[in-house]
Amino acid sequence: MTTLVARPDERTQPPVRPTKGGAKDRWIRRAPLLPALIFAIVITQVPFLYTLYLSTLSWNALRPGDKPFVGFDNYVTVLSDTRLRSALFNTVLLTAGAVVFSMILGLLLALLLDRQFFGRGVVRTLLITPFLIMPIAAALLWKHAIFNPTYGLINGLFGGSTDWVSSYPKGAVIATMVWQWTPFMMLILLAGLQSQSNDVIEAARVDGANAWQIFRRMTLPHLRQYLELGALLGSIYLVNTFDAIFSITQGGPGTATTNLPYEIYLTMFRKFEYGEASAAGVIVVILTIGVATFALRVISSLFKMEENR
Amino acid sequence: MTAPAVGVKMTKRMSNTIWGSVAWIAAIIFVFPVLWMALTSFKQENAAATNPPTWFFEPTLAQYGQVFDRNITPFLLNSLMASVFSTLLVVVLATPAAYALSLRPVAKWSDSLFFFISTKMMPVVAAFLPVYLLVKHLGLLDNIWTMVLLYTSMNLPLAVWMMRSFLLEVPREVLEAGEVDGAGLLTSIRKIILPIVSPGLAATALICFIFSWNEFFLALNLTATNASTAPIFLVGFISSEGAFLARLCAAATLLSLPVLIAGWLAQNKLVRGLSMGAVK
Repeated sequence: MTTLVARPDERTQPPVRPTKGGAKDRWIRRAPLLPALIFAIVITQVPFLYTLYLSTLSWNALRPGDKPFVGFDNYVTVLSDTRLRSALFNTVLLTAGAVVFSMILGLLLALLLDRQFFGRGVVRTLLITPFLIMPIAAALLWKHAIFNPTYGLINGLFGGSTDWVSSYPKGAVIATMVWQWTPFMMLILLAGLQSQSNDVIEAARVDGANAWQIFRRMTLPHLRQYLELGALLGSIYLVNTFDAIFSITQGGPGTATTNLPYEIYLTMFRKFEYGEASAAGVIVVILTIGVATFALRVISSLFKMEENR
Repeated sequence: MTAPAVGVKMTKRMSNTIWGSVAWIAAIIFVFPVLWMALTSFKQENAAATNPPTWFFEPTLAQYGQVFDRNITPFLLNSLMASVFSTLLVVVLATPAAYALSLRPVAKWSDSLFFFISTKMMPVVAAFLPVYLLVKHLGLLDNIWTMVLLYTSMNLPLAVWMMRSFLLEVPREVLEAGEVDGAGLLTSIRKIILPIVSPGLAATALICFIFSWNEFFLALNLTATNASTAPIFLVGFISSEGAFLARLCAAATLLSLPVLIAGWLAQNKLVRGLSMGAVK
């Protein structure tokens, strides 16, 4: 997954000179890097290693002084817990739903913005605005001002008395996330569109290709790496979604919208099961690595199939 | 110019006008919830929660007054402190690191680069418990400096990647020519590197500011009364009030405003920052 992130960059990257000289020179080169590296290791990696250790303890904070080593018991508990399985399913569904819809909308908007028209800069500024609203403010705004059954904007404009959040909890959360993340996808895809060479498209048009053929055979393959990048980064950010769940549905009704971050939060601060929460955290990390790698392979192979057709 | 060419040009202009209008409509739909939030913030409560929606009303600043009466100022100051200091720390740590990963690269620079991004891929919840326990053990819960450190680590990978992509734009030849002319490291940083990367540096700082300002999960769990940041104010606000929609909108508008302005200013570099420098 990491190669993808680097790929668009590497094309323009000048060749790197091999490190020469003795140990002293190598340390001089390393010196500017070390503070940041050490900081990152201390604040992110050491806690994770400690999470690994905690995940082997039976530790409920409400029972002080008693935290025996239990090996993989927490993992067994967590993996056999239906709550966690449904949280896992919800995480995948919410993340995938938000990424796919924001990607489609983002692509359409990027295609519109790639044309010349009056006030294009203003339109772009307006379109990125949702992304800049504080996520918790956006979530509260959608919940109370838009989805509310009695005075919400949707029912106010179109009539009816649907309680959107309790009738379609997943849809409500996804809609809010899509609204916030479409601008992000749009910006990435727009950068992709604008890096496409006009000459080649013009040549194809002269050769009699229609707009759909140009889009399908030239633009889409060109956009492939930008689509991948958007999906990858969107998933990385959205898998962590907490604000929207916390404020719109509190994970409910039941566990209908409880995703992994919210479930771990509940395990930690409502049930005080520190051992189980740690085990769940470790599982999340493994899944994130797994899902990101796997999803990327699927996407690349899909596109390769299309190209070979 | 021949007649068909003029025709093609005309239809092209026509289609641009049509698609331009579609783009305008889409933009207005997208921005509408934000407009509605701003509009509602100027209403009285009884005009805010109505069905059908109230479009015409006498604007009032009463709700903003209410927000300040409920003591938003400490929250704003906490957010400002956490965001500004963590952004400064990020820039101070990330810029030299990016330099050592681009212009004068260390051996195995790509491993370090990917290490940074891998820390960003790790979900916050996964390593949160030890951080929480440690912070609690050290008595640093509800302390703004704890938030500064955590926001720094949250934004560091992003800033390293972003700054590296800006530093790579500094032409090697110019740097080498400077070295041949006997320019020391400080001179080449001041005279060559800084003028080229300073817009990038500003964009990096703005994006780090945005992410710290908006952060909710860590603030919710690590602060209580003294160090609570602005997003926490919004949540506390909502649960204790009955008729609150206009006031909520006023608070939400107020708190989103700094980021809106920062984002609009940085919009040309926004995509590059969010994609960690992968997309120009």
